[in-house]
Amino acid sequence: MTFKSTLLATSALVMMLAGAAQAKTLVYCSEGSPEGFDPAPYTSGTTFDATSRPVFNRLVEFEKGTTNIIPGLAESWEVSADGLEYTFKLRPGVKFHTTEFFAPTRDMNADDVIFSFMRQGDANHPWNQYVAGVSYEYYNSMEMSTLIKEIVKVDDLTVKFVLTRPEAPFMANLGMDFASIVSKEYADKLEAEGRKEDLNNLPVGTGPFKFVAYQKDAVIRYAANDDYWGERPKIDTLVFAITTDPAVRVQKLKAGECHVMPYPAPADIEGLKADANITVMEQAGLNVAYLAYNATMAPFDNPKVRKALNMAINKQAIIDAVYQGSGQLAKNPIPPTMWSYNDAVVDDAYDPAAAKAMLDEAGVKDLSMKVWAMPVQRPYMPNARRTAELIQEDFSKIGVNVEIVSYEWGEYLKKSTEMNRDGAVILGWTGDNGDPDNFMGVLLSCAAAGEGGANRAHWCNEEFSALLTQAKATSDQAERTKLYEQAQVIFKDQAPWATLGHSTVFMPMSTKVQGYVMSPLGSHQFDNVDIVE
Amino acid sequence: MIKFLLGKLAWLIPTFLGITIVAFGFVRVLPGDPVLLMAGERGITPERYEQLMAQFGFDRPIWQQYLEFIGRLFQGDFGNSLVTKKPVLTEFLTLFPATVELGLCAIVIATLIGIPVGVLAAIKRGSWFDQATMTTALVGYSMPIFWWGLLLIILFSGILQWTPVSGRISLLYYFPNATGFMLFDSLMSGEKGAFRSAVSHLILPSVVLATIPLAVIARQTRSAMLEVLGEDYVRTARAKGLSRARVVGIHALRNAMIPVITTIGLQVGVLLAGAILTETIFSWPGIGKWMVDSISRRDYPVVQGGLLLIAGIVMIVNLLVDLMYGFINPRIRHS
Repeated sequence: MTFKSTLLATSALVMMLAGAAQAKTLVYCSEGSPEGFDPAPYTSGTTFDATSRPVFNRLVEFEKGTTNIIPGLAESWEVSADGLEYTFKLRPGVKFHTTEFFAPTRDMNADDVIFSFMRQGDANHPWNQYVAGVSYEYYNSMEMSTLIKEIVKVDDLTVKFVLTRPEAPFMANLGMDFASIVSKEYADKLEAEGRKEDLNNLPVGTGPFKFVAYQKDAVIRYAANDDYWGERPKIDTLVFAITTDPAVRVQKLKAGECHVMPYPAPADIEGLKADANITVMEQAGLNVAYLAYNATMAPFDNPKVRKALNMAINKQAIIDAVYQGSGQLAKNPIPPTMWSYNDAVVDDAYDPAAAKAMLDEAGVKDLSMKVWAMPVQRPYMPNARRTAELIQEDFSKIGVNVEIVSYEWGEYLKKSTEMNRDGAVILGWTGDNGDPDNFMGVLLSCAAAGEGGANRAHWCNEEFSALLTQAKATSDQAERTKLYEQAQVIFKDQAPWATLGHSTVFMPMSTKVQGYVMSPLGSHQFDNVDIVE
Repeated sequence: MIKFLLGKLAWLIPTFLGITIVAFGFVRVLPGDPVLLMAGERGITPERYEQLMAQFGFDRPIWQQYLEFIGRLFQGDFGNSLVTKKPVLTEFLTLFPATVELGLCAIVIATLIGIPVGVLAAIKRGSWFDQATMTTALVGYSMPIFWWGLLLIILFSGILQWTPVSGRISLLYYFPNATGFMLFDSLMSGEKGAFRSAVSHLILPSVVLATIPLAVIARQTRSAMLEVLGEDYVRTARAKGLSRARVVGIHALRNAMIPVITTIGLQVGVLLAGAILTETIFSWPGIGKWMVDSISRRDYPVVQGGLLLIAGIVMIVNLLVDLMYGFINPRIRHS
């Protein structure tokens, strides 16, 4: 090596080091590995945090910290008077990521939008089965297949969605992860090179971060997207250090090996709050835990019996003992942070004596029943077994004998939807898109009351369901609010569930992290986050 | 020797076939299935359920699925993960070096400490050293790995800050994984401090994983040594006036090593089982963690393929140990 080349190499190294010193890296100790990098086939938040949130955008986005819909890749939109046509004006000049494996030659346009939806909705689309066995569960369960009649390219920057029926939550659906816009040009390139499966391995999006590399089960690396159409991220590198054990995540955060961690164990929260180098953010989760009776089986088909049992449950004791301070009482089927939450609804007061009298009045004596307890911990329910035990104790006070049963998780989910299910089931729900219909429609409508449906109470109240249908057909939020408020009154009166609690979500992070906003939808995003040393 | 080898190899075939049945059956015996778990709280209509089960090929008779599995296996196809959609073999090969690296470090630690400790304990039988080490070994053998790992993390990484909490290397280093073995890759990367970082990340998980094998090896060495030290030829060697070091080091230890080597070989299975917990605690991207995740998701192809690959490796290692045993022990070789 000549003197000159040595000098050049040295100065390059010095410049690199200087650059490295200024570059800001945020390390996020994520709770698990992504299942893949194409958001459409998956349903888990862990996968969305690693794919759709950093790498992709959608036509519309959720405003940071809220569930309000704001423009994303669509700058504006119009809804026809009959609610059947949604026309989106796309944002011009949006660039897909230039990476080591792809360089786009054109900006995002209507073809990309149509491709992103049609590959999921059309079983004959060449990309529908781009790897064997892929399925689009969110697209299906949000009923997009039956809802979208066609998607029309009006011009390069205008797309029209034609629906089969008016559906107000449609806009919220478009903000969901499965509706992320992928590059058709990239897909074409992969197809030409015979490696379609890389759509799920090496993602190309328009989002705030570019995918750099994934070392399976260990580390994911992203770089800030300098060409981002929105505000460029304040950090330069985003790293996900996959750390599955919550206690180890806490140790990593304390040791400075990561800046942010999700899902701390309830027992660790006090210790984290006491640490001067750590901030613990918290927010009411967009979730609900409930006990669903089987409203088709006697005597639970009698609302009076259900109401009496609800009055016998000491819910505060459950919040204290099971949630250990990280939860709040639930009275409605939707959480208090959601629009249309009816705070005027009065919860059934804990009153064993009145409950017993009400049961007697309904002619129910020596009642024996089963209470189903989930075998797993879920974000909305830290310990279903303990909850069931507390309910068992409460019910024994009014002369109701409870047997607690449980099954393996998959079995539990399946058996709990069976029409002839014996017993009341403890379960819950975490919202997908912040729309009240995503709780009440999915969990309590007549349409969901059949076998395999999510309406575990099998409760079908015509009046209630009619209100939901009406609310879905109008896009006027004020009017929808009124309808959902009314629906909540019917729900409380008919008592298909005992609403148990809403859990609080905690997010511990280093005090160096600034600008982090918790999402009510439970996603973790870092585009506005900064690190201050 | 060839007859001995052929005899051993002949046993491999029925054993392997037996394992395919166990591996295939095990995950299907567990209640629940991948489709139900994927649907979650939302539930799934019976029609959609049938459709997805058919798409995965799980609707066909179980024997048909098994035969197909075996048929593809002979073509080297272990199937694709239901979750990541990637070939099981590719995933295995990506993750396996991490487990091997951890396992080798653990077995080296266990052997380097276990054998001298066992020999010393045998020579000084009944002394305080013997009693102390054997009690410690018993404690080590009964140690709950999860608790032990977390305890070491809190002490050495949390309070003393001597070692990193988890992972394979500091996140500052970013270089391609040429071999998958972080010690080699970090050396080859030429980045300053990378190797040191890789070693510091290896220490705690290796110690945790070595704990049980170390206890077993130390105890086994001690009892084997005690047996050999009482043999006539050792007494003869002593009577010849050979030095104590020579008697213990050559005459006794060499013979005592025969059962010890078998024990070390058998620890491979223990290491792989221990790796499941150790990898989970230390976020170590190996096959242990991979298997646990797949079982909880009922990812049938990964569980059956992974089990089979792991079992195959254990079988090969056991075969090698048997061969080594024959090599060391002439009585077996010539019988």
